[in-house]
Amino acid sequence: MISIRDVSKWYGSFQVLTECSTEVAKGEVVVVCGPSGSGKSTLIKCVNGLEPFQQGIITVEGISVGDPTTDLPKLRARIGMVFQNFELFPHMTVTQNLTLAQIKVLGRSREEALAKGLALLERVGLKDHAGKFPGNLSGGQQQRVAIARALCMDPIAMLFDEPTSALDPEMINEVLDVMVQLAQEGMTMMVVTHEMGFARRVADRVIFMDGGRIVEDAAKEEFFGTPRSERAQLFLSKILQH
Amino acid sequence: MFSGFDFEVIWRSLPYLFREGMSFTVTLTLLAMSGGVVFGTLLAMMRLAHFRPLSLVAASYVNLMRSVPLVLVIFWFYFLVPWIGGWAIGASQPIHVGAFWSSVITFTMFEAAYYCEIMRAGIQSIARGQVAAGNALGLNYWQTMAHIVLPQAFRNMLPVLLTQTVILFQDTSLVYVISVTDFLGAAAKIANRDGRLVEMYLFAALVYFVVSFAASRFVRRLQASVAVIR
Repeated sequence: MISIRDVSKWYGSFQVLTECSTEVAKGEVVVVCGPSGSGKSTLIKCVNGLEPFQQGIITVEGISVGDPTTDLPKLRARIGMVFQNFELFPHMTVTQNLTLAQIKVLGRSREEALAKGLALLERVGLKDHAGKFPGNLSGGQQQRVAIARALCMDPIAMLFDEPTSALDPEMINEVLDVMVQLAQEGMTMMVVTHEMGFARRVADRVIFMDGGRIVEDAAKEEFFGTPRSERAQLFLSKILQH
Repeated sequence: MFSGFDFEVIWRSLPYLFREGMSFTVTLTLLAMSGGVVFGTLLAMMRLAHFRPLSLVAASYVNLMRSVPLVLVIFWFYFLVPWIGGWAIGASQPIHVGAFWSSVITFTMFEAAYYCEIMRAGIQSIARGQVAAGNALGLNYWQTMAHIVLPQAFRNMLPVLLTQTVILFQDTSLVYVISVTDFLGAAAKIANRDGRLVEMYLFAALVYFVVSFAASRFVRRLQASVAVIR
């Protein structure tokens, strides 16, 4: 479904991605990990064209992301994205956050959008908070609303960019639970995260990045069993120590 | 000390001062504010555009307007607007633009440069992640601007926008150079007619002060409540 081939990206003369290639099949859950600055967030943002790239090809269901003739807004509407800092719209209520793009992008009626939004809000366990503003919610609650907002668009795949990194420890699980449930329902997911517990539970594959390269791209069992590269071994030993 | 003065003149001329003068001043302020904020926001979006020529045009316009004295701009526009209007509709003669519309256009164009800089700061104050979130949902540039960036930028900048409007309110008194009767102009007319210069100019100053002071107190209270919303 998502195909990344030989993607390279530069900020000026600094190369942030070097010939990255991987595939994500329909229904597959792929976890992307690696030290900070390794380019994992940049790579995932290239998938829906939030970050431009200079070389290589990314296609989503056969549609080329980098092609200037591609209708990017239309493509993005079909790919859900969840950000590290939630990025809910602070001047809108939860309900308005959930319905805005459904109405403006998908052309759904207000009633239809509201019904969809409330159903998904219930699914993430927040139906009592529909009328609140994001500022009155905890971080975990905000991130769950953000997931619901992305799901409102009936996405064919979901991208998660460090969804739990900005959360207090006690709120991480409520967000991970929603993501696990989503994975078990067969959603295609690409998840940048350091939560190795999550990777062990639901990932099909793990990609390890370092210095802008995909160093390791292996099935979960293989990755946690015997990672081939030394750097991945070192990384794992560091984050699994405690 | 005030024995030689006649403050009765103020009382007698109140209806004229407010019905003729102040209503013009307020109308001009409100029209120029609305037009200036809209045009200024467009200029701000142009200045922040990635397309270089567009940002260059907007930047030049803003810098030009901000480096020319307002009185000169009022003069120039008064003479130029009829010609530009005539040229725009393809007429061979300059069109007739009354002093009122001439001043509305002038103040809108002039204030837009200042509102532009305020809105530019406002747009830049919105985190890039907000734009990314809008884009990720499939909203295009205009939808992201209209529903996500501008409402927040506008709210953040409301106190500064209103402060600029208070300045605009005072600046409208410069329309005397094209012989329009605003509040100050009305006061000046009475003052000259009745020979009551001190009384009328004192009163005019007092009115400008009261309105401006009340407005800036209001802005301060607003600032506090806006801070809470965020």
